[in-house]
Amino acid sequence: MADTESQPSRSRDLDKLLLRPGNLVGPNFEPGPQLRADLQEYARVLVVGAGGLGCELLKDLALSGFKNLEVIDMDRIEVSNLNRQFLFRLQDVGKPKADVAAKRVMERVSGVNIIPHFSRIEDKDLDFYNDFNIIALGLDSIEARSYINAVACSFLEYDSDDNPREETIKPMVDGGTEGFKGHARVIIPGVTPCFECTIWLFPPQEKFPLCTLAETPRTAAHCIEYAHLIKWDEVRSGKTFDPDDPEHMKWVYEEAVKRAELFGIPGVTYSLTQGVVKNIIPAIASTNAIISAACALETLKIASGCSKTLSNYLTYNGVEGLHTKVTEFVKDKDCLVCGPGVLIELDPSTTLQKFINLLEDHPKLLLSKASVTHRGNNLYMQAPPVLEEMTRSNLSLPLFGLMGKIPMDIVHVTGTTRKNDKKTSSLRKLRVVFKGVDGVIDMDTAGGA
Amino acid sequence: MIRLFKVKEKQRELAESAVGGAPVKKQTAGELRLNKDISELNLPKTCSITFPNGKDDLMNFEVSIRPDEGYYTGGTFVFTFQVSPIYPHEAPKVKCKTKVYHPNIDLEGNVCLNILREDWKPVLNINTIIYGLFHLFTQPNHEDPLNHEAAAVLRDNPKLFDSNVRRAMSGGYVGQTFFPRCV
Repeated sequence: MADTESQPSRSRDLDKLLLRPGNLVGPNFEPGPQLRADLQEYARVLVVGAGGLGCELLKDLALSGFKNLEVIDMDRIEVSNLNRQFLFRLQDVGKPKADVAAKRVMERVSGVNIIPHFSRIEDKDLDFYNDFNIIALGLDSIEARSYINAVACSFLEYDSDDNPREETIKPMVDGGTEGFKGHARVIIPGVTPCFECTIWLFPPQEKFPLCTLAETPRTAAHCIEYAHLIKWDEVRSGKTFDPDDPEHMKWVYEEAVKRAELFGIPGVTYSLTQGVVKNIIPAIASTNAIISAACALETLKIASGCSKTLSNYLTYNGVEGLHTKVTEFVKDKDCLVCGPGVLIELDPSTTLQKFINLLEDHPKLLLSKASVTHRGNNLYMQAPPVLEEMTRSNLSLPLFGLMGKIPMDIVHVTGTTRKNDKKTSSLRKLRVVFKGVDGVIDMDTAGGA
Repeated sequence: MIRLFKVKEKQRELAESAVGGAPVKKQTAGELRLNKDISELNLPKTCSITFPNGKDDLMNFEVSIRPDEGYYTGGTFVFTFQVSPIYPHEAPKVKCKTKVYHPNIDLEGNVCLNILREDWKPVLNINTIIYGLFHLFTQPNHEDPLNHEAAAVLRDNPKLFDSNVRRAMSGGYVGQTFFPRCV
């Protein structure tokens, strides 16, 4: 309890935000010592990634008054991380990032509790993620973001008027950097666009034509990709290339050098080989610091309401001069991941066939020839014939049973819709509710407890 | 939102004793989009598709192509498709499982088809790729070679190329390389 005395001075500046009223505060902001105490006691934040952004995020959140933090990362520390992932030391190389990051921040900031998870994000179950109030992302891949986004949005429920239920919203704060550029965004599922609503923002990954690699390499990167994609299979057939195995990387590097010499191309180095094969963009410590600071602040604002949150996408570019801008992206109302989906009430005895027929006449859908999938189970597929055959027997069964007797759940359907005599194919999300099933009488009382 | 967090924390404590729900299989947006592509497949008679892992794993499948015109008439060529969870942001990984004497397919099964790499766009779909692959057999092209020898022969001596293809497909050597029978 020696902490109590030092507390007022440590949170002196934070107190200016949390203890005083203001004009630019968020809705339901209630300043006072209780808010500060509640923030410490009740706010549980998960930091995804303990790399360049994750190290900064953990430090910033701990110093912003959060006391219950957890961090998840599947990587171990490498020498090349040490220039910017400042929580790690040379003697930590080879240890899990999450473990070391949690330990270092706890040593430095008294009173904070950080639980590390040395694990893949996919290996945790949904309950793990549901325990947090806010998820802060410090990731470097679209795939991982898309996964966490799908998880966070899966907790979201809508009422019968298609308004999101506040208590099911799992806010996310996402940061990302590439060299001197970065972004920070706030995702409030059901309120602001989710990751999938705006996935088109990401430029496609540049890929070289295989025949260029095989026939007419012109750059060092061509030689490296030749060794990685073509030569590897040819010589080490059957062995899967592992980018994290130094022996594999060295092999590719040496083959790339031979290739480059043959064509008189300069510039193949070991670090360029790593960069090309693992698609690494040089990370700049200051960009990470700026982006994480923005993310940590948004996390504090979401939790406390001490100010309006970023709305909703900040871009930062420090390459030529400094340019920064906030854009308010809009939600895709038909988003398959965060959208409400079309509400459909069914009698538990409704067969899959009858359900499919029903979609054809539903005014909001007018969907014919529907294929139906539920939680990764394909209940009925119109095509190809091999799948149609495998799923045909489901048509005569009640949908309720096929969906595992869950009174209310999401189903996805694809089929054709007719608009002004033009056929278009569409993929829709449906919220199926079974009437009169135990536990669900009416949508507004469902799922509350 | 802190008030909400407080309420939830109380609920959490109450729920602690209750049994957790079964882990739910998460379906990514990529899987859903692929689902749409598959349910709308419209394949020519010369192409067929199979799902080695059953009806609930559409992310890994095989496509067989039996060309009915050109050099490769009568052969059967099997391609494996591996689709990423961020499909269609990323093109599927496609490999030819059948060893084939072809200018645009190497002996390891790598395929040089522009829409699989540099020209992939999210508006394209599985159907487009299958048509693209089919096209490679009706119109092999010596300008984008992955198998240099085959490409050179096609360019300089189409007649020899034709007989090489026949020999390879019926199971035999072309130069030093043996090709298993695929007709």
